[in-house]
Amino acid sequence: MNTYFAGEYEVAVIGAGHAGIEAALAASRLGCKTAVFTINMDAVGNCPCNPSIGGTAKGHLVREIDALGGEMGKTADECFLQSRMLNRGKGPAVHSLRAQIDRRKYADTMKHKLEIQPNLELRQAEIINIKQNDFGYELTTKMLAVFNCKTVIIATGTYLGGKIFVGEVSYESGPDGIFAATKLGLSLKELGLPLRRFKTGTPARVLRRSIDFSNLEIQKGDEPPQPFSYETTNLGENKVDCHISWTNEKTKQIILDNIHRSPLYAGKIEGVGPRYCPSLEDKIVRFSNKPRHQLFIEPCGLNTEEMYLQGMSSSLPEEVQLKFYHTIKGLENCVIMRPAYAIEYDCVDPLAMNATLEFKNFEGLFGAGQFNGSSGYEEAAAQGLIAGINAARKVLGYNPIVLTRDNSYIGTLIDDLVTKGANEPYRMMTSRSEYRLVLRQDNADERLTPLGHEIGLISDERYARFMNKQKLKRSELERLKATVISPSDEVNQILVSRETSEISTGVRLIELMKRPQLDYKVLTPIDKERPDLDSNIFEQVEIEIKYEGYIQKQLKQVEQMRKLEEKHLPVDFDYSQINGLRLEAQEKLNKIKPLNIGQASRISGVSPADISVLLIWLAQKKKG
Amino acid sequence: MNSTIAAISTAQGEGGIGVIRISGENSIEIADKIFKNINNKKLTELKGYTAAFGKIIHDGEEIDEAVALVFRAPHSYTGENVVELSCHGGIYVTARVLRAALDSGARPAEPGEFTKRAFLNGKIDLTEAEAVADIISAKSKSAARAALCVKEGALRKKLDEIKNELLNLASHLSAWADYPEEDIAEVTDDIIFDVCDKAISALSHLIDTYDSGQAVKQGIDTVIAGRPNVGKSTLMNLLSDSDRSIVTDIPGTTRDVVENTVLAGDVILRLSDTAGLRSTDDEVERIGVEKTKKRLEQCGLLLAVLDNSRELADDDLSLLKEAKNVPTIVIINKTDLKNKLDTDRIKLYCDNIIKVSAASGEGKEEIISAVRKIAGADKLNPSEGILSNERQRNAVINALRSVTEAKESLKNGMTYDAVTVLLEEAISAVLELTGERVSDEIVDRVFHNFCVGK
Repeated sequence: MNTYFAGEYEVAVIGAGHAGIEAALAASRLGCKTAVFTINMDAVGNCPCNPSIGGTAKGHLVREIDALGGEMGKTADECFLQSRMLNRGKGPAVHSLRAQIDRRKYADTMKHKLEIQPNLELRQAEIINIKQNDFGYELTTKMLAVFNCKTVIIATGTYLGGKIFVGEVSYESGPDGIFAATKLGLSLKELGLPLRRFKTGTPARVLRRSIDFSNLEIQKGDEPPQPFSYETTNLGENKVDCHISWTNEKTKQIILDNIHRSPLYAGKIEGVGPRYCPSLEDKIVRFSNKPRHQLFIEPCGLNTEEMYLQGMSSSLPEEVQLKFYHTIKGLENCVIMRPAYAIEYDCVDPLAMNATLEFKNFEGLFGAGQFNGSSGYEEAAAQGLIAGINAARKVLGYNPIVLTRDNSYIGTLIDDLVTKGANEPYRMMTSRSEYRLVLRQDNADERLTPLGHEIGLISDERYARFMNKQKLKRSELERLKATVISPSDEVNQILVSRETSEISTGVRLIELMKRPQLDYKVLTPIDKERPDLDSNIFEQVEIEIKYEGYIQKQLKQVEQMRKLEEKHLPVDFDYSQINGLRLEAQEKLNKIKPLNIGQASRISGVSPADISVLLIWLAQKKKG
Repeated sequence: MNSTIAAISTAQGEGGIGVIRISGENSIEIADKIFKNINNKKLTELKGYTAAFGKIIHDGEEIDEAVALVFRAPHSYTGENVVELSCHGGIYVTARVLRAALDSGARPAEPGEFTKRAFLNGKIDLTEAEAVADIISAKSKSAARAALCVKEGALRKKLDEIKNELLNLASHLSAWADYPEEDIAEVTDDIIFDVCDKAISALSHLIDTYDSGQAVKQGIDTVIAGRPNVGKSTLMNLLSDSDRSIVTDIPGTTRDVVENTVLAGDVILRLSDTAGLRSTDDEVERIGVEKTKKRLEQCGLLLAVLDNSRELADDDLSLLKEAKNVPTIVIINKTDLKNKLDTDRIKLYCDNIIKVSAASGEGKEEIISAVRKIAGADKLNPSEGILSNERQRNAVINALRSVTEAKESLKNGMTYDAVTVLLEEAISAVLELTGERVSDEIVDRVFHNFCVGK
């Protein structure tokens, strides 16, 4: 065929979803000549599932992306409709921000940011072939343009070999009626990447005026709403409400009567789906004793009447969907605008990658997002950012950046993917981190902004603002240590009203703050010298004081784990030479080639006994 | 590469069959040099888990008939190639077979070396390895049984129960935090308190029985004390069925501390038969009295012996006062003689009183049952799981501390995320104990417990 040579890039990104966007912006901002290819210019930054960003642990990821200089948090703030801090009563470690967003505005904003970014070209083109050449990689588009690229980041999402299932109907497609990428998968297999099939799904969108909201519970946003980005100063007000409803016995019966028409239960879908956001039929079959399931009705934007039914994902036939949606309070007469569907797609076994997100056997080839076996916009964006940074650093000749389990959820996410692999689409959860009290959403800047500045994605100006904030925070801590509150009726009244013991001698403010019953808000009347500071500073100071003992405990655990992380393992070693290791451990270690004992200890199939063997082997080796 | 080791692995001198175990890379070749298969097939040609019948021949001389069991790495106790030669028992025969193996290239195994190799080869975890070491060095039936229970998992089972309760709670807390929008049952303070209390009680029980377990395993330092000639040495002989102490009726015969290890039921007592606590001018005897006092400070059990036929003396009283500081059994000896002792007055100091006649052996059973009670052996149920060393005890204490702190935090109104930190700390202490989690310290411990290295 008549291909033509169309140019060269230092970094090429395949896919302009949430992973591709962060990758492309990071690489171009770090000074690399970058291209990002999208199959459809109108699908850039699309949110094919929920019209929201954040959520438990995902909110942490967005804050971390922002702290490193990524874009997701800022754009979510620009497009926010309603914002809530989840888990408020459960402690600061699990506080997570979640925002409803205007999904079209989000996509347009992101697309425009790509368009105006220097060093970056946004191109509509389906990549149909990839092969290695002297330059690095050669990409061919469907229109037969050929590009030479030093590095390539694959961020194909659910488009790669995408296939949609709705009951007995199935067809090749990406999400939202966009073409699937049908040829690239074969080319990646020929290259030697270990591909497999995953599946996910989404609920129906229904017409707003066909819903009867009158008897539904309203869910309002927080007042005042909080932004994701440390840079957002004026977020504005919540603009919409969400609503809550429940399924019932009738819903359950309709689903059970038609379960044989589900492609998953009929065995037509081979891909592995996530346990974490199951379809309604999944929930009903697996938790059959549960009489009802919750759903949230969320607006998709300000200029649309489409409403998203969170929790009602399904791959049953359209007629069955309509039937069971109609059993739900408020949805009795709902009109489906887009039916729910399941989508199956190709992704890669992330064990083939390093924690830099570069493939072990393919220098300069990176993967990010759902292609790496994760699920969710935020997980995708986080990986995109790291892949973009490391592709750029490769081009520029710098050492790669690897985030760690003890500095971020991003590090935890990537370590999990490349060490444990993904047997189902991987979703971030707070319970995946062993250092939750250290990795809080409020202190993401403290953990990562210095690194972001060092990498070059945080401007000197922003870094100076951050440093100033840290200074203010330290002096506020000092002030609390130095300020003595004398006993008085006013003081003791407050203490008694909070059911904590009165004071009879002067007590330092910091000691009062340590009491779980007291906080800045309660102490306002007696804390007369309090400076006017950013609310985030007060939040961080308060948490650090109250949780000091617990944070210290986690830091001690971090230290212990670090000892194991510092025991480096050779990367070019054949583990079958160590007799004591069980066969499975030898195979896993040879496949994953962990960098250190800490990583090895997290590999499933490597038992503590195997780790003892490795430790002793290392110690003996050292002794010589 | 590890050298090939050999040892007699059955109890010496007893039983009808003796087993010589050879383990290491060359064990099968070495066995071939001394074992002549009846069907002439070489052991090196055999698969793992196969047996052959033949003769042990060394230096052209037939030693015995034997069965050779061949295990191939990693499917053996040590994880290495192993040959077990079962021959006729008896010291002479087994020693000759072992000598034959050693002459053919094996070296003698050090004590516990098979276990060490099993551990290093990942065949058993540290808890099991420790249990095997305990069995090897077990001094009494009960100790061996307790050690066996660790190996077979009584302790493991108990720990798994505790661990699972804590894990269930931790995962409930996680799910509740991670899925605020799925209506997952709320975690309440009561649920957490309940799980903490259960764990605290189970962990405390393990710690409480530790000392008893140690008493069973290692024995209790026991002092027999009393005025001269109350019959301490006779008593000691009664308990030990031997003539270790010199028994005379001249006061002050036992001038030094005499030690003996006896089995009171299943409890090991390391007895010190001491000079009495008499005030004396005799220099040699005075040194003995000093030593007695010192022993009293360090011992775990005092057997205070009084003479039924004599009135209570000041020396007796000063001994009875020790009952405040040390677990004490008052033994009133010579009940066959006329009573002059004021028993009611003794009860003011100690109500654990047993009347015996050491000379006739009367009262021995009562002493044993009182000893078992004090040692806690009566409450000790090895099938419930017993901690067998300081490492294990330490891990349990850490777990207990964390769970207790978790409960306290909750009481003080801390949020669940902080409580979870403590619960997870407790879980990881238990996991480390069961060997399901490794820390850096394991290596130090291994190098401490086993002679590893070049």
